Amino acid sequence: MTVAVSVGAVGVPLGDVWRIVLHHVSGGGASADPALDQIVWNFRTPRVLLAALVGAGLAVSGAVLQAVVSNPLADPTVLGFSYGASLGAVVVIVLASGATVGGLGVSAAAFVGALAAGALVFALGQRRGRMAPTRLVLAGVAVGYVFLSATSFLQLRATPTELRTVMFWMLGSVAGAQWSQLPTVSAVVLTTAVLLSLFGRRLNVLLAGDESATALGVDVNRLRAVLLVLSSLLTGTTIAVAGGIGFVGLMIPHLVRLTIGADHRRLLPLTALLGAVYLVVVDLLSRTLVRPNELPLGILTALLGAPFFIWLLRRDKVLDTA
Amino acid sequence: MRLTVDRLHITLDRRPILHDVSLEVREGDIVGLVGPNGSGKSTLLRAVYRSLRPAGGVVRVGDDDVWTLSARAAARRTAAVLQDSTGHTAGLSVAETVALGRTPHHGLLGRDGTDDREAVDDAIDRCGVRALAEREYASLSGGERQRVLLARALAQRPRLLVLDELTNHLDIRARFELLDLIRATGTTTLAVLHDLDLAARLCDHLVVLAEGTVVAAGPVLDVLTPDTLREVFGVRARTERHADGVTRISYAARPLD
Repeated sequence: MTVAVSVGAVGVPLGDVWRIVLHHVSGGGASADPALDQIVWNFRTPRVLLAALVGAGLAVSGAVLQAVVSNPLADPTVLGFSYGASLGAVVVIVLASGATVGGLGVSAAAFVGALAAGALVFALGQRRGRMAPTRLVLAGVAVGYVFLSATSFLQLRATPTELRTVMFWMLGSVAGAQWSQLPTVSAVVLTTAVLLSLFGRRLNVLLAGDESATALGVDVNRLRAVLLVLSSLLTGTTIAVAGGIGFVGLMIPHLVRLTIGADHRRLLPLTALLGAVYLVVVDLLSRTLVRPNELPLGILTALLGAPFFIWLLRRDKVLDTA
Repeated sequence: MRLTVDRLHITLDRRPILHDVSLEVREGDIVGLVGPNGSGKSTLLRAVYRSLRPAGGVVRVGDDDVWTLSARAAARRTAAVLQDSTGHTAGLSVAETVALGRTPHHGLLGRDGTDDREAVDDAIDRCGVRALAEREYASLSGGERQRVLLARALAQRPRLLVLDELTNHLDIRARFELLDLIRATGTTTLAVLHDLDLAARLCDHLVVLAEGTVVAAGPVLDVLTPDTLREVFGVRARTERHADGVTRISYAARPLD
């Protein structure tokens, strides 16, 4: 993380990074050049922290959703959360040129959109109090398409500048990170991630199938409901601050599963850690590869991760028999 | 622990599936549940492991109606091995799969203790899957999987075992081994079995279900009479206890005309 703070359009020596951070945290020690101080403390440090939180949040909710709907393809995008958030953001960008709609800014609207999608999937996925996994996934996909059509329609009416903003938003970025966002984001991400980890044993039981899980004393429908609420809260928050970053929620959990197995009590903490590291690295590359310009994160997450992911998939023997 | 099913009625999607079903499995007995496809066997099991709420009647495990117990408390008494192995394709090892059996013994904050490790170890040894412990469940053969699922059920330390077609898809030797294993546990058991020969071999008593009601119940020889076999299963057959103590069914060359 120190490296990620140190490297960028302006290089800052590692030692200076630590000195500046320590100066701000402890209040003691000599401060550095005010320009460097500004770059390190006001821009890069919050940015790296936000990237870590967003990466951890997306990866954990991906891992949980894959178990909740018993489907290895599940992630916040497949279940429609990301499309809901996109619609919220695009409404504000296009209809209010990025100001506010009904008092909601881009972030808040994205958050509301993600939760609305979550609520819809939740409502459509159940019948007579039972949430069948397949119905949940398909409801998620359908809800996603509806939100996507609405988003596309709005994009047709957008000016070229707005369209560029929309594209950047949908591909995700943590360039706008500010210290003021961090308390809320870290509170939500850490709390929901810890709560979700408490369900590790029960998530394992979901892998056994619904009837077996019931016979093991787990109220499957209530468990799914709680997990869906927590994970849509988690994704809603991360998408609100960083846009629609794809692939992290799908790939990171699988990477961890292929290396250490599917016991969620180990899987979730490691998924959070790897998700955080991965997004910090991707963000670092996104602002250094085409210096002084920046690439949106969504372009790199898949481009970098997919080849490695495919290599791992081809190496795993059990996938042949399963 | 004794299982009592008393005048049970079950309705699914407004269709009556079970009608006025009563049966009893005494402490330590193994009772086989047999009947043609669609007679309501699996539905009855679901009522026993507290997955279906009855429209009428009671299921008691020990002295308690299962619906007055919490889901977890019920699962500490009753363990089930079912046919929904659609899950489990997602990377749990054999040892982790067996450890799922400890779930009803823990709340959200519970961590594994000595009891849990002992129960899991013991179940793994009893079912002879020690050598597979570190393998991935999804990589096992059908027979190995059934043994692992039985180990998971035993790790629950249940007082009542519920088995749904445990021996399906197994070769004959694997079937016999699995039956011996169940006998050796000494646990009260209600088992759905398709194979009548196997049912006759394993069970103390049989209950015959047809179209959602009990049509015969009692000791194997009293239940599998030529009349019942003809009326319920549509075959001509005779049941005899042989000199080696094993009860066998001989089927006529042709079913009923």
